[in-house]
Amino acid sequence: MAENRPRTLFDKIWAHHVVETLPDGTALLYIDRHLVHEVTSPQAFEGLRVAGRPVRRPDATIAVVDHNIATDSSRRTGITDPESRVQVETLEKNVVEFGVPYIPLLDARQGIVHVIGPEQGLSLPGMTIVCGDSHTSTHGAMGALAFGIGTSEVEHVLATQTLLQKPAKNMRVTVDGKLPLGCTAKDIVLAIIGKIGTAGGTGHVIEFAGEAIRALDMAGRMTVCNMSIEAGARAGMVAPDQTTFDYVKGRPHAPKGEAFDRAVAWWSTLPSDPGAVFDKEVFLDAAEIAPMVSWGTSPEDVAPITATVPNPAEAPNETRRAQLERMIQYMGLTPGQKLTDLKVDVVFIGSCTNSRIEDIRVAAAIAKGRKVADGVRAMVVPGSGLIKQQAEAEGLDRILTEAGFEWREAGCSMCLGMNPDKLTPGQRCASTSNRNFEGRQGPGGRTHLLSPAMATAAALAGHLADVRDYQPQGSH
Amino acid sequence: MKPFTTLTGVAAPLPKANVDTDQIIPARFLKTIARTGLGKSLFANFRYDEKGNENPDFVLNQAPYRHAEILIAFENFGCGSSREHAPWALLDFGIRCVIAPDFADIFHNNSFKNGILPVKLPREICAALMEDAKLGGNARITVDLERQVVVRPSGEEIPFEVDPFRKHLLLNGLDDIGQTMQHKPAIDDFEARQRAAQPWLYA
Ligand code: SF4
Repeated sequence: MAENRPRTLFDKIWAHHVVETLPDGTALLYIDRHLVHEVTSPQAFEGLRVAGRPVRRPDATIAVVDHNIATDSSRRTGITDPESRVQVETLEKNVVEFGVPYIPLLDARQGIVHVIGPEQGLSLPGMTIVCGDSHTSTHGAMGALAFGIGTSEVEHVLATQTLLQKPAKNMRVTVDGKLPLGCTAKDIVLAIIGKIGTAGGTGHVIEFAGEAIRALDMAGRMTVCNMSIEAGARAGMVAPDQTTFDYVKGRPHAPKGEAFDRAVAWWSTLPSDPGAVFDKEVFLDAAEIAPMVSWGTSPEDVAPITATVPNPAEAPNETRRAQLERMIQYMGLTPGQKLTDLKVDVVFIGSCTNSRIEDIRVAAAIAKGRKVADGVRAMVVPGSGLIKQQAEAEGLDRILTEAGFEWREAGCSMCLGMNPDKLTPGQRCASTSNRNFEGRQGPGGRTHLLSPAMATAAALAGHLADVRDYQPQGSH
Repeated sequence: MKPFTTLTGVAAPLPKANVDTDQIIPARFLKTIARTGLGKSLFANFRYDEKGNENPDFVLNQAPYRHAEILIAFENFGCGSSREHAPWALLDFGIRCVIAPDFADIFHNNSFKNGILPVKLPREICAALMEDAKLGGNARITVDLERQVVVRPSGEEIPFEVDPFRKHLLLNGLDDIGQTMQHKPAIDDFEARQRAAQPWLYA
């Protein structure tokens, strides 16, 4: 590799972590941070136990429970579902046996693994970060290389602190211009996926760049990187800048004092060099983005809220027509129907995509002085116990509960049908999560992905609604 | 992973083709959090009746074969799903070698990864070995990986092929992790350098 060739953010972090390159080009890549949760870790720990291997670096590892747990007061009295309980108890036994740091269920710092990493300063710029979960891409917002792995790889990292990896290709998505009123990071990423499709990023690591990305706060950047996976990418990342450094400073596991200054000096060398070549480039104008909502059962089937349900008869080919018909039938739609005419049964504000304090503030600002529509179950599930505390300190929980929202404990909740928060068959949900696959939120459930602002508007209206008609009262 | 060098033991005859992973370990046993403990569910649909009682006709329920370390079957062993639970179940039962005319690809790979040696031999030879195996505890079969031969109770040696790299891993007890462990000095060096440059990454 030529020394002075301009390099991308990904190239630099990659090069910093190659322990050895094997004859076939595979790299033995060092992993700085390993996040562990209850669902994908049991067989990995079991494998270590069978082979008599220790965890190489417990200090680089952190475990938490999030997928299986209840988000109401019942979490204090124990998990009722036997299989969920066994998974949680197994993790609790494993962390003791292997000496892995663990955030217990009833600890205020407990939360969704991808929320607590950045929040605790465990996810830092320039790091390689892995977790047995595809949405590990979220941590790329820190200016890190973060990606999901399988259970056998979880075991490999626990034992060796490395992974065998082939380098990915570089892709850059540039979003210039200013976001219009009512649009947020979620609308940016839904618009990107709508444009490039769910295979658009396959084989690539996406760097999100441009004025509109720079203007996002860390929460917004996490929302965008979170859904890189839905764009097919291996990971997503945003170059670290002053916004990143300000966010990191003072977090429990972040470097302190002189070490922080040294770290910033190094992190400042990471952004892609001018002239760095990307294998694939995509450009979007933020000014053209509108508040988005998904109508189908794939994250690429999105449209501005002002649009109508597509007509399969107008599909470009037979395959697409069949796919549209299937989605329209599953989602209970009529071709040509206005999206704003779709009544919702449930509104879910939460998940590792949108459960941070910034998201809850937006929801509370719009909900303030208004009421959730009759017949709608609306829930707000903070991403961590600390976010919940912060929101309560700001009085956001009161605003939301007075408007008729449920205010719950931290966890994955209704993002996936693995814990008690599930849709029932046929229910329509406006959800701030990241996947709208058939049955994702419960068998037969119908998911519309959207931003927290749009979800709040849907809760108030009782149907999918244009958030631009629901601007915060008393603010101009 | 336990190294595989030479194995001498009782072989269980399973004169069937297309033994799929659902037969090896039925789907209802997959909700486990463990990869050990699956041995009791190995071939569960054959070994137990609906009430969970042992079926005395099934080979693995018969005295000498309860301790079988070798399994002999016919074509296409291990077809079906990619579940790694299949080799986990065989291994947990105690089987370290499966002899058959051929194997399904994924099962073949998964076996090596878990320290089980799949040996491919022509159908006539598998049939002959099954006859040997029927002698139960009186007839031990030896599988010598180093020399790549199966030794019949008569002393007759039957050569077999094995991928040299896979052979190396098995002989040395190296799984993917074991292989990476061979790079331990490089990992140690990397950590020493990183610790000096970025001490905040080391709590
Ligand atoms: S919130 Fe959803 S996407 Fe995120 S980790 Fe939990 S289940 Fe996965």
